[in-house]
Amino acid sequence: MQMQPDLLQEARRQAEICNACRYCEGYCSVFPALHAERAFSDGNLTQLANLCHNCRGCYYACQYTAPHEFDLNLPQALANVRQDSWEELAFPRAAGKAFQQNGVLIAIATVIGFALLFWAARALAPASGEGFYAVLSHNAMVAIFLPAFLFPLVSIAISLRRYWRHIGAGPFRFAHLGEALRQAANMKNLKGGHGDGCNFEDEDRFTHARRAVHQAVMYGFLLCFASTSVATVMHYLFDSPAPYGLVSLPKLLGISGGLLLVVGCVEMIRLKLRSDRALGATGAFGGEIAFVGLLGFTGFSGLALYALGQTAVMPGLLAIHLGAVLAFFLLTPFTKMAHGFYRLTALTAEAGRAAGSG
Amino acid sequence: MTSPDIAIIGGGNAALCAAITAAEAGARVLILETAPKPYRGGNSRHTRNFRCMHHGPLGPLVDSYSEDEYLADLMKVTGGKTDEGLARLAIRTSEDCLPWMQDHGVRFQPSLSGTLSLARTNAFFLGGGKGLVNAYYRTAESLGVQVEYEAAVTHLELDGERVTRIDYTRNGETHSIAPKAVVVASGGFQADTDWLARAWGPAAKNFLIRGTPHNRGVVLADLLGQGVEQVGDPTQCHAVAIDGRAPKFDGGIVTRLDCVPFSIVVNKDAQRFYDEGEDVWPKRYAIWGRLVAAQPDQVGYAIIDAKASDLYMPSVFPPIMADTLEDLADKMGLPAAALVQTVHTFNAACGDTSGFHPTELDGVTTTGLTPPKTNWARPITEPPFYGYSLRTGVTFTYLGLKVDETAQCAIGNRPIANLWAAGETMAGSILGQGYLAGFGMTIGTVFGRIAGKEAAAHANAT
Ligand SMILES: Cc1cc2nc3c(=O)[nH]c(=O)nc-3n(C[C@H](O)[C@H](O)[C@H](O)COP(=O)(O)OP(=O)(O)OC[C@H]3O[C@@H](n4cnc5c(N)ncnc54)[C@H](O)[C@@H]3O)c2cc1C
Ligand code: SF4
Ligand code: SF4
Repeated sequence: MQMQPDLLQEARRQAEICNACRYCEGYCSVFPALHAERAFSDGNLTQLANLCHNCRGCYYACQYTAPHEFDLNLPQALANVRQDSWEELAFPRAAGKAFQQNGVLIAIATVIGFALLFWAARALAPASGEGFYAVLSHNAMVAIFLPAFLFPLVSIAISLRRYWRHIGAGPFRFAHLGEALRQAANMKNLKGGHGDGCNFEDEDRFTHARRAVHQAVMYGFLLCFASTSVATVMHYLFDSPAPYGLVSLPKLLGISGGLLLVVGCVEMIRLKLRSDRALGATGAFGGEIAFVGLLGFTGFSGLALYALGQTAVMPGLLAIHLGAVLAFFLLTPFTKMAHGFYRLTALTAEAGRAAGSG
Repeated sequence: MTSPDIAIIGGGNAALCAAITAAEAGARVLILETAPKPYRGGNSRHTRNFRCMHHGPLGPLVDSYSEDEYLADLMKVTGGKTDEGLARLAIRTSEDCLPWMQDHGVRFQPSLSGTLSLARTNAFFLGGGKGLVNAYYRTAESLGVQVEYEAAVTHLELDGERVTRIDYTRNGETHSIAPKAVVVASGGFQADTDWLARAWGPAAKNFLIRGTPHNRGVVLADLLGQGVEQVGDPTQCHAVAIDGRAPKFDGGIVTRLDCVPFSIVVNKDAQRFYDEGEDVWPKRYAIWGRLVAAQPDQVGYAIIDAKASDLYMPSVFPPIMADTLEDLADKMGLPAAALVQTVHTFNAACGDTSGFHPTELDGVTTTGLTPPKTNWARPITEPPFYGYSLRTGVTFTYLGLKVDETAQCAIGNRPIANLWAAGETMAGSILGQGYLAGFGMTIGTVFGRIAGKEAAAHANAT
């Protein structure tokens, strides 16, 4: 693979300064990994970049930020390499390039998703059926969503395999994955090493805002996902198809998840708009906002569907919601959504490195 | 403008500790910091730790570190040139400082990799000194402390035993204020290389300044010129050998070079001039600043070979590298024949190197060589060869304001009623020479808090 040499070189230059300094050692898992090297290969830098979650603690604490001639901005240097690595490792690569930095494309893809669904709704209209299935037969939904769900999984699996090779990680161990999952579950690193949180929306003030919002988005998403999974199980194993009552498991999970997701995404966008863009990846801001917007919108349209499921707007809403879900799944390997997978892989590799070095 | 109760001159650790303490005592406090906001915090923004006495495990510190052991460590490095009373005061109070620092936003971390020897004695700041400075500014501002950046104090008007007025310039305009009390915390004078040259001779023009360009001693000169009592040798400064490619100012910690014990160091004529293996590096760190300063053009060159290249902390700039000594000499601007000769002579004087041990005094020494290399003496034979240029990097100066145990300044043996000093600018009151890692921040924190408390008491009483 061919990552951008100028981005790598800039990250290397800064990593060498940090390696002579080491003042930020306690902030996050980037620094212990960084201090373990003397020279930085492209793979090393890619791994460091994916260990960084852009909390910016090391920027505001750095005595060498501009106007100093060393011009340190490690969060940005790593964000650029990270962004570039996702593009290069994406499968198919062309899709990665096209989507990663392009919020507009994401929006267009969503619209195409809508159109497809409307088309499918009419073309495959079932003769009979109740509720949602009157608009779109269950089989048609499965025919559309199963590939849309499997494709991203295959794509991401290929990318992660490329990643693992690229960074030269050792053998994969489940114990290391367990350690990584544990760290991700409570976003240990977002606490900033001292437990005061990170610097994001108000310069050098440490807060838990970003961590809280990120948790809301992550758990909101997982709850929604669980809702769909439970519904699928109920449909196939218990022969109990949708729609479900308000106190049913799919609805409880879906409504709480949807609320968390919507609130989380709105707050995340607010935080991002207040943060200093010069500390994130160059040119990725629009794509990130569009992605969070799409995620939030997916949750919102799902909630709207719950609320208005018995009214005349339901067929339209359903198509919109399913269109958003479809777009979201298909785009997962190419949007910010992929970061969760890379991050987990990076933490797993780092757990392996730390265990290896004793 | 309306004058504050207390004006604090400077915006580093000592100033901030004074400001926070005074504001908590109810005073209206103004900080006048000459640097622009991105460079606020003077030399304090470059620090990494503070040395702290403790009876048992405390914060990040393990074990215990007693007052007597701390004082003994200090006496060793200053050769006894220490005011024992003030030193004991600083040491004893340091134990209270650590929790106070945490309460005011400072966060500590375990010792940095490569500094494990300090885990017991020194508490390291998470994010280094700039992290500390940022936290203190946040705390001070939440207490209502006003901060003016780019406010350069030029003069303190002394009327008998009081300061009656402070003049400062900001955005090209001159301002005057008349606070009830004043704390001077504006550091040493090392950034004024003309002053350094007057004290040291013209060689000082070639020195690099490791910290802020703003500590030019303007207030110090102004006060000493008016007869305020001084302390410390005006010709002395703390200097170390740093990478010769470092910027003139603000290169900070990363420009240090740890390769000397595994190298030979030559001057610009490619001649050795001192025992590179005299002691473990942290202990020898400070003397090489002077050694290099005494060489022609105030420059030295450390030469190592491939076997030593991984034995020391990585340097900020990559070393100059060549496959032969001749090429290395060319690249570094050294006389090639002389360098080859010096290395040959050195190599020939090396003996049995089987006892080589990079982290201990290993006694692997040269024989019959002047100057000798008394530890880690291995022949320089394995290409590629690496070289670093070394220059003198000044950390701080010793000349300062003499204070008593309440941090108060004096004139003609009588205290100045409303003038206190803290930090580097009065450190000469305690340390006559030498330096103990982490003691600068201890002095600033202890005396900053004392000065803030005394100044607030004075302001609140008038
Ligand atoms: C690279 C480096 C690393 C160091 N590491 C350590 C360490 O790890 N531990 C340790 O204990 N010590 C360390 N020191 C020493 C330490 O920096 C000092 O002892 C300490 O910072 C002094 O604090 P201070 O507040 O007195 O001075 P400073 O922090 O230097 O603050 C002086 C302030 O005064 C301002 N000022 C100057 N003139 C004027 C004026 N005319 N008007 C208004 N404002 C003015 C400056 O802008 C600055 O803000 C280090 C020094 C350097 C250079
Ligand atoms: S970001 Fe700055 S302060 Fe932190 S380790 Fe790197 S150079 Fe040092
Ligand atoms: S931005 Fe945060 S996570 Fe990234 S390297 Fe800096 S401290 Fe670590």
